[in-house]
Amino acid sequence: MIEDAIATLLEHASDPEIRTGFAQIGIAVVLTVVVLGVTYVQELGFERELLTTSARGFVQILATGAVIGMLLAAHIAWASVVLAFMIVAAAWISHERGADLPGSFRASLVAIALGSAVVIASMAFAGAIERTMRDLIVVGSMVIAMAMKTNSLALERFTNEISSNRAEIEAVLSVGAPPERVVSEYVSTSIYASLIPILDRIKSLGIVSIPGLMAGMIIAGANPIYAAQYQFVIMLMLFAASAVTCMASTLLVSRYVFTDAKQLDGDVLEAIDG
Amino acid sequence: MPPKLETESLTRVVDGERIVDSVSVRIPAAEVAAVIGPSGAGKSSFLRLLNRLDEPTEGTVYLDGRDYREIDPLTLRRRVGFVPQAPALQSGTVVENVTIGDRLCDEPVDDERVARLLERVGLGGYRDEPIDDLSGGEQQRVAITRTLYVDPEVVLLDEPSAHLDSATESQIEGLLEELIREDELTCVVVTHDTDQARRLGDRIVRFEDGRVTQVGAPREVIP
Repeated sequence: MIEDAIATLLEHASDPEIRTGFAQIGIAVVLTVVVLGVTYVQELGFERELLTTSARGFVQILATGAVIGMLLAAHIAWASVVLAFMIVAAAWISHERGADLPGSFRASLVAIALGSAVVIASMAFAGAIERTMRDLIVVGSMVIAMAMKTNSLALERFTNEISSNRAEIEAVLSVGAPPERVVSEYVSTSIYASLIPILDRIKSLGIVSIPGLMAGMIIAGANPIYAAQYQFVIMLMLFAASAVTCMASTLLVSRYVFTDAKQLDGDVLEAIDG
Repeated sequence: MPPKLETESLTRVVDGERIVDSVSVRIPAAEVAAVIGPSGAGKSSFLRLLNRLDEPTEGTVYLDGRDYREIDPLTLRRRVGFVPQAPALQSGTVVENVTIGDRLCDEPVDDERVARLLERVGLGGYRDEPIDDLSGGEQQRVAITRTLYVDPEVVLLDEPSAHLDSATESQIEGLLEELIREDELTCVVVTHDTDQARRLGDRIVRFEDGRVTQVGAPREVIP
């Protein structure tokens, strides 16, 4: 298996396209250097950051390309391992947004796994994405990344809602309302707010921007109408994964902010307010 | 016969500080206990323990002689209502706020009771008014009505007129006095205003540093 992976990597590395790719990078680097010069002349003070960010991005994306190249040679069963690793990493990165809420990592992990798995599995089963390493990893990573972004937004918004509406929540608890109903309005607000980016992307499809996948397919010579159809499928997949993820995570964490005696948990509020 | 409300060594510790420290008081039915004391004495913290918005670290509260930890917290809060210092209303109309307890418990709304209560608090024509269109005093009346609507046996009032101008403050105090006396409510009122405590309270409870330092009739406690 390892020999196959290395052979595939070497094969990809010796492809003439790679030389073309480096030439294209060279042109982009020249452009970046010009921008760097302008920022230096203007004394904007972020030349170092621009330089290190570009270098870091170059190394990261090249390494990712090489890893994907090796993975393409692996058995399809490895796709689930890679996707599971991505989900854990996404949950860890995302839970930082709601780190003050107890159980935010667990909620993020369950929510991102649920949202991503439901969508990837059902679309693969239905044949909307090919059951190949290439499609599962590439499309799966897009789905997981979007689920992570939505989860982060939902957790951050929910934390803010609880913190800024403490008096209103306790006033309603004081007339005997059940906690899950008291915060349902804030759960809904958080879910909607976290879905705004993907809703806006769907709304602006083809008008404000041509999404990366569709653009890539057209550049690679695919039929533009099929590229558009496939892009729309992907957008709906991203929406579905995002919606399932943010609903699951906010519903889960909304239970963690109350004690068994149906009080707002003072320790949690103190942590949120810093 | 046990008192309506009784606290036994009620204590709350936050970050190592005893903000309510071994408080034992008895409040008979239909009596108004006015809690006074300097800022930070633990008055509001004490009040929040009485309907279990916060959890006591030690001690407990008895409602009609029954340890309140044996009562479901949601039921307890319907029996021991709480009017916060600021109205803390939801966006929406007056009637939506008044009936929020029933609506969130999927209970049928009693329109007659809403109309009767709004009339009593001087908001007869305000049923469908948006909350944002009301003045501070009117919003506080809505908050009081929201608590009374669930028909509590005990009402806790946390400085109910403190953030209002003096004219509105005296109107709200007059309204409370009328409601308390007419309905023979058992009340615990936290106030920084000793004159208000003297007017409303049958009994005064003085707090200092989380502890009760004096309990007695108004003329005994307030010189």
